Order: sequence, then structure tokens, then C-alpha cells
Amino acid sequence: MTDLERTRERTPVPKDWTYAPAPEARDIVRIEKRYGHYVGGDWIEPSETYTTISPASEEPLAEVGQASVAEVARAVDAARNAFGNGWSEISPSERAKYLFRIARILQERSREFAVLESLNGGKPIRESRDVDVPLSAAHFFYYAGWADKLEYAFPNRRPRPIGVAGQIIPWNFPLLMLAWKIAPALAAGNTVVLKPAETTPLSALLFCDVLRQAELPPGVVNIVTGDGRTGAAIVEADGVDKVAFTGSTEVGKAIQRELAGTGKRLTLELGGKAANIIFDDAALDQAVEGIVNGIYFNQGHVCCAGSRLLVQESIYEPVVEKLKRRLATLRVGDPLDKNTDVGAINSKQQLEKIQELVASGEEEGAEIYQPPCRLPEKGYWFAPTVFTNVAQSYRIAQEEIFGPVLSILTFRTPEEAVEKANNTPYGLSAGVWTEKGSRILWMAERLRAGVVWANTYNRFDPSSPFGGYKESGFGREGGRHGLEPYLELE
Amino acid sequence: MTRLPVRKTYKLYIGGSFPRSESGRTYEAEGQNVARASRKDARDAVRAARGAFPKWAGMTAYNRGQILYRLAEMVEARTSEFAELASGRDEVEQTVDRIVWYAGWADKLAQVLGSSNPVAGPYFNFTVPEPTGVVAVLAPDEPPLLGLVSRVVPALTGGNAVIAVASETHPLAAIELAEAIATSDVPGGVVNLLTGHRAELAPWLAAHMDVNAIDLAAADGDLPELERAAAQNVKRVVHGRSDVQSPWEIASFLELKTVWHPVGQ
Amino acid sequence: MDAVALEERAASLAKRSIKREAKVFALELAIRMMDLTTLEGQDTPGKIAALASKAVRPDPSDPQIPAVAALCVYPNLVPTAVARLEGTGVKVASVATAFPSGQSPLEAKLEEVRWVVDRGADEVDMVIDRGAFLSGRYAKVYDEIVRVKEACGDAHLKVILEVAELGTYDNVRRASLLAIAAGADFIKTSTGKLPGAATLPVTLCMLEAIRDVYEETGRMVGMKPAGGIRQAKQAVQYLVQLHETLGVNWLTPDLYRIGASSLLNDVLMQLRKERTGIYQSADYFTVD
Repeated sequence: MTDLERTRERTPVPKDWTYAPAPEARDIVRIEKRYGHYVGGDWIEPSETYTTISPASEEPLAEVGQASVAEVARAVDAARNAFGNGWSEISPSERAKYLFRIARILQERSREFAVLESLNGGKPIRESRDVDVPLSAAHFFYYAGWADKLEYAFPNRRPRPIGVAGQIIPWNFPLLMLAWKIAPALAAGNTVVLKPAETTPLSALLFCDVLRQAELPPGVVNIVTGDGRTGAAIVEADGVDKVAFTGSTEVGKAIQRELAGTGKRLTLELGGKAANIIFDDAALDQAVEGIVNGIYFNQGHVCCAGSRLLVQESIYEPVVEKLKRRLATLRVGDPLDKNTDVGAINSKQQLEKIQELVASGEEEGAEIYQPPCRLPEKGYWFAPTVFTNVAQSYRIAQEEIFGPVLSILTFRTPEEAVEKANNTPYGLSAGVWTEKGSRILWMAERLRAGVVWANTYNRFDPSSPFGGYKESGFGREGGRHGLEPYLELE
Repeated sequence: MTRLPVRKTYKLYIGGSFPRSESGRTYEAEGQNVARASRKDARDAVRAARGAFPKWAGMTAYNRGQILYRLAEMVEARTSEFAELASGRDEVEQTVDRIVWYAGWADKLAQVLGSSNPVAGPYFNFTVPEPTGVVAVLAPDEPPLLGLVSRVVPALTGGNAVIAVASETHPLAAIELAEAIATSDVPGGVVNLLTGHRAELAPWLAAHMDVNAIDLAAADGDLPELERAAAQNVKRVVHGRSDVQSPWEIASFLELKTVWHPVGQ
Repeated sequence: MDAVALEERAASLAKRSIKREAKVFALELAIRMMDLTTLEGQDTPGKIAALASKAVRPDPSDPQIPAVAALCVYPNLVPTAVARLEGTGVKVASVATAFPSGQSPLEAKLEEVRWVVDRGADEVDMVIDRGAFLSGRYAKVYDEIVRVKEACGDAHLKVILEVAELGTYDNVRRASLLAIAAGADFIKTSTGKLPGAATLPVTLCMLEAIRDVYEETGRMVGMKPAGGIRQAKQAVQYLVQLHETLGVNWLTPDLYRIGASSLLNDVLMQLRKERTGIYQSADYFTVD
């Protein structure tokens, strides 16, 4: 007991301090009741529509188009025309200026986009406001600067655009993935047909208004909405010269099979099962923050999520203790509330997948921990979850869950950590936590992953190349290297 | 009755403010009284630049790029004013485009000029470019706007703080540019513009021990003497070009730092 | 400690949006946790008398507003403070040990502590010997704290680390653990006499040290940020950080104090704004 405790009457402490709701206002963004497809600089009436909802409340938000093969063909034609009739001939500096305009407009309308992204996708407004939207604008700004400097990017090669790029993006970072695809494609002189994910079309559709404000020539960017069938139509369209896909490994393989023998260029950014490795000399409190950020950021809907925690056995107890304590302070709730840390699961389908894998974890013998969490009635929700006593062979250690579920395994030596980390068909990312610089570099040399984060996690920058090894895909996005997939280098 | 216009006073741009020359002198150029900077103004400008350098160099490259892009926005917005002070709209449009071109380099220099080097040993070795510090620039007389911008902006892109001596015969465009700079989020002291007699100011800048690099391409008078003066603190002496845009114009004002770190347990 | 990650976590916590009832709760708690401070060469009994009334009744027009935790003064002003605050519940905290530099012989420092305790100081805010710390003489630093704690008797001891002089977060953590081991009841960030005193990352670092000690031994130690906290908004940020790092059990003046002077009026302004819905002017709040 301190002297204080001995000699004083304690002042009563509060039972709790609940932060009042702090919702971001929805009315800043205008959502139309119905959207068509954006083709040739104009909206075309959709032949078929479906409803897109807010996963936090299941509230319907708008009717959007389900693009048919014919509608996709129209979009591809528009892109071809725009490519042939000037986009690739406009001076590169003028191309750059269009991209700079887009970047600036995104910055000016950032609040609208952040709110829409959280509403349609389920991620906390703090993330869409502080990460997704600023990075999207930055991505356009970065690639704008390359448009008229391509000859410096590839010594001794003559860079030329490829033509029409067909781009299919996922639902976890709708606007950011759109920026990652469109910015380099346009900077390199290509034109684009892009399909946002089925569950998150709205930010892409709002983006079309940015294109209008930027006065981008018609047909340079075309946006069609729909499900996997629309995606397949884009991949199979004759007029598409290059396909870029970010999504599940399963679909990625199907696309690669489809394009076999066609000579079409392809880049894939697929799934992952990243190992987040903590050594006994790591700065523990910061490492715990890194673990939490690695798997609960965006509800774990991140291809590079640190979903496997590899803890050095000697610090297993303190790490798990601190982690469980930290989990209890995570706020799960309304994505539009500025204090929310963990938002809604993107769709019913994804929720069921998470539930199935979590059940398998328990069946196979892992021990589950979830902090006490009051989840809303409506909408799709899953509490942050930790599994201990996980064996390398359990499904939860092998398969990508794409949810807020962390599996904890242990290791004894650095070699063992490398072996376990690499023992997966995936190879997108990895995390290393240690205060020893030489060890960081030693691990980085040996980890078979396209992105290695040391003493940090989930850091992205337009200048930093991102992409996977092995079944996590091929091709890089970001940086000088991110231009290569969109150029013919003669 | 015709209205009497309120005429602009043409002053220097130092440390983010517009002071007159401490010497109180002016000279006549383009029909106006223009401040005639003294060696003490040059001294003050160097001090301002040195004070502002850490902040500018410490910003992210992305941030610097954005600020330079905004400078382009501000110049574009004043196209008609600039057109009258320069050789016409064409020069202004080229100037804006050149600023945009350089703005886009800020966050790419490390990728093009830097490297990771495969040394023969268990070391991670990388080279990064860094700004040299305080750069003095003598701008050419013609073209009065494009010439100045072509020499100043590459130095800025790399993260340097700059003191520029404007065109002696056509200084008004430089002062207009100072106004655009002052409204574009460029921190005070990062760019300093002096109008006056180039031959009077050049030797003081060339000899100043706190200037890291000097662009002497537009120097008149005794060039070898200026280069000798520069040798006193081993200044980087540059003969820049205003008729091209190139990352090498940025590179002349950059240092290269190479770092080694062991790879192992 | 990893500085980048620590600063990011502190920044992320600072973005919490606290509204209405939750905000009022925090602001009133901030008042109850305040060590209203005057540490000037020019302090006189008159100044102390004025500050003492402010401490007991921060807003004369609103009796609902609670009193602050303590008045923090230089040793010479302790007798006046004690006399003025008799029976009010507001404590008298005195700085001691050659505040702010600590550059005096140990005997003189201990004598100063005994002097203020004899004259009624409830709390002693001491400074560590930064010179000894930075030259690696940790045992000397430790020993001094132990001796000062002895000299305090029943008075409770806050140990000022003077974080701005320590240079790195690693040093702050080391100094925190050292002070706690030597018997500190509270660890305090700064003397307030140097620029750049309390910052959110530094206090987070100190709270994490306190948390580690608590988890290992069950002992609860308090924390006091001082210096540079002038706005109500900052005070709320510090409390959010406290809440999310150590939990509700630390939300009490027994375990958290805020060293401030001009902060009080800003908090009063914010409270009145929450009550009335309109933005306030400093003219309507007494300056003591």
C-alpha cells in the first residue's frame, strides 16, 4: 500500500466514462436514388439494377446497375475510342494536369467521400477520413508527377501506354483501390474500364462527379457496376489489353486461367495470411499497438492483415495479457461515429465466412477469447477475436479469414520464425518487431513477402511499391515500379 | 474626372515579409522605383534562409510537392499581371507548367537519384539525396519570369532554401512572383528575392560562409573571382540552365548520403 | 520504447471526440484534478490569497463548480497558503529540493522538505537530479528520492522528472520506473519552467510505466502532467489517454493531477458554453 492509500480517504471513482455519440453528419454527401453506368463521359441507363446497402444497419442506400456483357462492351468501346482519339497523344504534361486536378478535387471533397465510404462499406469514419481518402488523393498526386517523366523511370527503354485497362477492385478500400488502379493507368497514357466491388459501388460512382469537375475527356475513365459476372465480362472483352485485379486468390486464379494464351497483360493482387513476428526485445506496448493495428484495422478486411501473430515464446504471457487488455478498449459500433475503432463487417456473406472459420478454430482445439462487446441488433458485426493454442495446421492459421480474428502461435528462434512465416502459399506481407536493427534486416532478407513492415504495420504510401510473392499475386502498385504494369517498354 | 490609381511600391522579399532595402536606395527599372538591395539585405536574406531551411527540408516530399503545385496555382491565377511584366502570356504559361513539372519531382527524387547498393558483405547499404542547404541564385536578365523560376524552383524541389537576385533590367516580374510565393503556403524565408545590381550583390553572396551553393550562370563581371570567393567554404558552384527542365537541375543542389547497417542476428 | 509508434498512439487517442455529458464530466473532473499553480519570483502573500479563493470557488457565479485539488506554491508561500485554505479541503502542495534545477546539496534539499512539511504542506513536488541521471549515476538519483520520501513523513510525494531535459522516451521510462521504485506517490512530467513540458506522447510513456508496475505488483502510482496545458481541449485529451491506458480507477485526483494556471479559466469557459450553448469571452471570468 502506498502512504496515500494508508492515510487518505479515497475519492470515489466513476463507474464508467462513456463518450457520448459523436456521429459525423451524413448530409454532407448526396446519394442519388438510382445510378447508371458511367460510359464515354456520360451516364447510361442500366439494363438491370440491384440495391446497395449500409452494412452497419442494412439500410438500403441506392439502386445501382448490374452491367451486362453488352454494357461492358459499350464501356470498352468508349475506352478504346478515347485511347485512339487523343488520350495517348495529348502531351504528357497535359495528362499530368488532369491527374493533379483530380487529386485536388478529392482533397476538397474529402469529407463527402469519407462519409460515403464509411456508410457504404462499414469502416470507421476515422479510418476513411484519416487514411483512405488522404491516401487516395496522394496517389493521384504522386502519379500525376510521373505522367511527363516516364523516360526517367526506366533507363534506356521507350515507355508507351498499353491501351485499354480493365480493372476490378475489392470492397475493403473502395476509393483507395480505385486510386491505385486509375492513377498509374492514366499517368502512363492508358484509358480505363473499372468495376468497383458489388457491395461498395458508391464512392466510385461519386468519383465520376470528380471526373466531370476535372473535365477529363470522355471515355478516358469508364465505370460500370455489377457483380462477378460483370467482372468476367471485362476480363473476357476483346478490346481490353490489360487486366488488373485485386481480390481473392480463388478469383485471381480463374482470371489467370481465362487469360492464358491471349497475350493480354495481367497483374494480380490477391489474398494473404501475414505473419506478424514479435521478438523478446521488441518495444512491447508499441508492438501490441502494432498487432492491434495489424488485424483490427478495417475490421481485418485487409489482404495484408497481420492475421498470424508469431510471438517469441519467452514473452508469450505478457504479450497475450497486454493484448487482451487492449482488446477490451476497442470500440465496436456505428462506423459514422468518430470514436468507433472497429466498424461493421462488409456483408452478410463475409460475416458467414468469418463465423464458419471461427467455428472451425474452436472445433480444431484452439482457445478463443473475445472481449465483452455489445454488438448492435441490425447490421453485420463481429467482435474482435483472438485464438491462442493454435497449431500451424489449423484452418484458422492457413486460410485467410478476412475478419477481425487473430491467431497466435509461438516460436523459439529467428530461424523458426522465418520458417513458420514462410510456410504458406501466400506471400503478401509480414511484420517484424524487435529493437535490433540488424535483426530487422536479417529477417527482411529471408521473409518471402512483398512488403515487410518493421516496428510498424499497415503503412501505405503512393511512393512505396506494394504487391505479393507466390499466391498473393504478381505486379507492384505504388512507386516507380507501379508504372511498369501499365507500359509497353520498348 | 479620371481616377488616380494607387501605385504599387516595389520592395524586397525577405523572410516572408516585404521590407525596403536597409540602405534606403532604389533604382529605376521599367519606369518604376525598385528597391536596390545592399550587402546587408543579402546578409539578412541568408540569415532568413538558414532559419527557414530546417522546416522546409523537414517536410515530407509530398508536402513540398503540394506547396509547389499551389505556387503554380497562384501564378496561373495572376496570368494577366505576369503577362504584362514578362514577355507575354506564353512565357507565363510555360512558367506555370514548369513549376508543375518540378512539383511532381519532389516525391520521386529518392527513387531516381538514390539507390540501395549491393555491397560485398552482410550490410544493408542505401544512398539518399538530401538538400545541400542554402542556395544563392543569380537569375538571368531574360526571360524575366521563366528564367528566375527555372533556377529557383529546382533548388526548392530538393528541399533547399533560396536567395535569388532578380533580373536587373526587368525586376518587376520577380516581385510579382514574390507575391505569388507569399500566398502559396511556402514558409517565410524559404525563398528570398532581392532586386538591385547583380554585380554589386554577387560577390557578397559568393563569399558568404553560410551559403552552401551558388548558381553563377547569369553572373556578369569577373567570373573567376566569384568562383575563387566561393572556394572559401567549398561552395558547390553551379552553372544552371534556364532553357531546359531536368532532374539534373535539381540534383546540382543535392548531397548524397550513404548509410550502412549490418544484417544479422 | 519506439518513439514513432508511441507518438502515433498518442495522436490517435487525441482524436477521440468527446461530446456533451461526457465532455462536461471530463471538464468537471479536470477542475477537481487541478493543482492550481503559481511559481514566480514575484509571488507574494497577496497573490496567494487571491489564488486561494479562486482555488476554492473557481466560478463565484456558479457554486456547482467544484474546488480544485490543490494549490501549488514555492516554500516561502506555504504558511499563507495553509492559512487561507484551512478547512476548505483544497490541499497545499509545495515545490522543494532546489526547484526547478535541483542543483543543490542533498542536505539543503532535505532541510527544505522538512521545513515545508512542518508548516503544513500536504504534498511535496520534488525534482530529480537530472545531471546525475544523464551521467548515469542512477543510484544517486534513487537514493535522493528515498531520502526525500522519508523527510516527507505523511505528506505525499510527487517526483518531477523534467522530461524535456531527459531527451528520449527510453530515458523517461527509465526515470519513471526509478522514481516509482524509490517510493514516489506520483510521477510528474515537468517543472513548467522549461519550454516544451508535458506532451501527450510523454505522458503516455509514463502511464505505460505506471501500468507495468501495477500489473506486476498491484501498486497504484499517480501521474501529473504540468506545463503547457492551457486549453480545456488539451485537458480532455489527457483524460481520454488516462482512461484508455489505465481505466476508470485512475480517474480521481488521488491518482491524477494537472498542473496548470490559465487552464482553469478555459475549462470554466467551456463548461459555461456547454451549459448555455454559446461561445464565451475571457472577460467574464475572474483572473486571480
